[in-house]
Amino acid sequence: MAEIKIMENIIKTENLKFNYQNGSEEKPIINEVLKDINIEIKKGEFVAVLGHNGSGKSTFAKHLNAILLPCSGKVYINNIDTADDDNLFNIRKCAGMVFQNPDNQIVASIVEEDVAFALENMGVPYEEMRKRVDDALKAVGMYDYRFHSPNQLSGGQKQRVAIAGIIAMRPECIILDEPTAMLDPQGRREVMKTIKTLNKECGITIVLITHYMNEAVECGRVVVMDNGRIVFDDTPENVFSNVEEIRKIGLDIPQTTELIYLLNKEGLGLDSHIITEEQCINAIERLLK
Amino acid sequence: MSILKTENLTYVYSQGTPFEKIAVNKINIEIEKGEFVGIIGHTGSGKSTLIQHFNGLLQPTSGKIFIDGNDIWSNKENIRQVRFKVGLVFQYPEYQLFEENVFKDIAFGPKNMGLSEKEIKERVYDTAKLLEIPENFMKRSPFELSGGQKRRVAIAGVMAMNPEILILDEPSAGLDPHGRDIILDIIKNYHKKTGSTVMIVSHSMEDTAKYAEKILVMNKSELFCYDTVENVFRRSEEIEKIGLDVPQITRVFNKLRSHGISFGKEIYTVERAREVILDMLKKEGRI
Amino acid sequence: MIKDITLGQYFPSDSIIHRLDPRFKIVIMIVYMIMLFSGDSLICLGIGTLYTLISVVMTKISFKLYIKSIKPIFPFLIFTALLNIFFIKDGDIYFQWKFIKITSSGVDTSIFMIVRIVLLLIGTSVLTYTTSPIVLTDAIERLLNPLKKIKFPVHELAMIMSIALRFIPTLIEETDKIISAQKARGAELDSGNLIAKTKGLIPILIPLLISSFRRAEELATAMECRCYNGGDGRTRLRQMKSGISDYIALFFTVLFFIAVIIINHIIK
Repeated sequence: MAEIKIMENIIKTENLKFNYQNGSEEKPIINEVLKDINIEIKKGEFVAVLGHNGSGKSTFAKHLNAILLPCSGKVYINNIDTADDDNLFNIRKCAGMVFQNPDNQIVASIVEEDVAFALENMGVPYEEMRKRVDDALKAVGMYDYRFHSPNQLSGGQKQRVAIAGIIAMRPECIILDEPTAMLDPQGRREVMKTIKTLNKECGITIVLITHYMNEAVECGRVVVMDNGRIVFDDTPENVFSNVEEIRKIGLDIPQTTELIYLLNKEGLGLDSHIITEEQCINAIERLLK
Repeated sequence: MSILKTENLTYVYSQGTPFEKIAVNKINIEIEKGEFVGIIGHTGSGKSTLIQHFNGLLQPTSGKIFIDGNDIWSNKENIRQVRFKVGLVFQYPEYQLFEENVFKDIAFGPKNMGLSEKEIKERVYDTAKLLEIPENFMKRSPFELSGGQKRRVAIAGVMAMNPEILILDEPSAGLDPHGRDIILDIIKNYHKKTGSTVMIVSHSMEDTAKYAEKILVMNKSELFCYDTVENVFRRSEEIEKIGLDVPQITRVFNKLRSHGISFGKEIYTVERAREVILDMLKKEGRI
Repeated sequence: MIKDITLGQYFPSDSIIHRLDPRFKIVIMIVYMIMLFSGDSLICLGIGTLYTLISVVMTKISFKLYIKSIKPIFPFLIFTALLNIFFIKDGDIYFQWKFIKITSSGVDTSIFMIVRIVLLLIGTSVLTYTTSPIVLTDAIERLLNPLKKIKFPVHELAMIMSIALRFIPTLIEETDKIISAQKARGAELDSGNLIAKTKGLIPILIPLLISSFRRAEELATAMECRCYNGGDGRTRLRQMKSGISDYIALFFTVLFFIAVIIINHIIK
């Protein structure tokens, strides 16, 4: 039974299309942001959605939480159609969303009250709320800061509080829309570590929207978006071995992969699927010895 | 003579209160004219406080700062002139745009300098060209532009003052790789064209290694080191010890070194790594 | 620096007053205010002063801080006191020189006014020094809850207030940053005449407004994503429990109040 459950889809989109309308009413300029997105994400997966600004990745993320609804096509979260208005809160409880700016998503002046915000809205009784808030704070490692004001925290800590606020809802899936873009390296590490733990230990599905390739490298599956379309959907090794295409889209590749790519251009014939430092060190050692 | 020099520069926040904190402690540095300096350090290491001293936004609690050999605080009246000499671009500078159109916003700094209309116009258009801001943007509201474009307009606002020293605090923060490359290339280009001194605060070691000639490392309110890129990365183990990153490629080559493979020089860019490996293979006659 | 302004003026500590139920504190505050203005004899004033001093001592907060809270309005106090002294012409004449006439009634009114205002300020400080603004807002919301029946937007107002409190420090920090950035572009913020100064504010206010709108929009989306749907059916993490000490505090306050009323009645 358990194995079947792992294979279940948590997110599924069918021919998802979305466009913004600009210009006047007589002469509308239709701006196609998402063009025919078809993707399935299984429960427990850790997926990075990589793309440059304007690739449509954030718009895609907003569809997974019913902030935006498709112009045509369907989005299913846990088999619920996001266009179903009656199930709006069920969708949001199931797929929580963390945003880029840590300051602009913290509502309360005390850490633990912010974590409780969603639960208060959902009318969770006090005893249950208390437990869930404490659990959530412990899961992101912010329990010791529960009485602090958000203004006393670093960017990475604020973002972890925001994540705690989502996991207090006990979601099956968290969508993070560029959660590290405004953080320093230390904060980035904290956030990555936190979401990796949540994925591994609590089995929460993670969809990480980012333009940092080094974060994508740490994920099990990388979806690359460009111009409103999915252009790659594979393991990080397979995706980043397409050095030229990835570059052309305006994204980075790991320095290790780049080095191997440059050496292969000289006809050295190394394995182009190298992304980690370990793999790179081994390959060069073998080459030089 | 150095263009910027500090002598025991110290700044204490909230002096005399329980929140007292030494933000920068006895900093002594000399920066030569025309250098391209990368400034790195943790959040809270004092680098932001330090750069705000360079253009007189903060007054040192003790110690001195010399620009072109003049103590900038010897005459307080002149501090505004120092700000024109040392241009400072803050983090996320697009958040300070306020004028109704792009031209006016870039012109704000030059106007404050009291330049003539003609000169202001010249400077604005020259800077815009350098930053690849199209001319038809000039009459548009800065708020209609995309994130990367706004950032360029904001940087232009400081560059148009033609400062002798240009300091940028994380100019590529929040941009995607493409946007980052555009901004950094523009700054490099500005440096080449004008010959002015440029300092960039950055969290990205990869970028700093790629663009800078010298690196200034701050740690716990103190100057950790100020040296050429090569010399700084020779100390990459110490740098990792104080919790800062080194480029991924440097880490890889340090590991290889510990496995007994020796390289003549420090590796901090992929290009250098490629050269070194190819040289070694050539020497052995394998290619 | 703007950062140095302390807002809310809350001084965390563990005194009895700090631990009182904030709802009771507000009710007590109201009784206290009525008490101050219901007695018009010196004894009543004395009782009020005694009550205030007892509360101040019980907060375990340095008396200097209370003095600080009165300081800003001191000139105003002196000015109104002088107005009263010189312009009230009833009662016995203490002193007369040409058109200046100082009467007993004038002096009395002045003294009463000064003492009452000082006590009122100190009393308010006792409340705000011992209760964080956010708890205070929450308590007000709960006290006003019955007004929901007449469609008064109690929850909405409290939410606005608490979000404002949450974002004040953020906005102050942001203002500081914008000021520095514009100064770096040579903006002169504190020189010239009034018109120049007002004009100098534009480069600061516009970016601040724009960023506040952006923040508001993002925050609204984030709140929606966390199932925010107004005040209906909400539960709360912060529990407010009243205990025996709250009732005792209220009882003593009412006792003082009754004493004032009775003494006032007898003396008349």
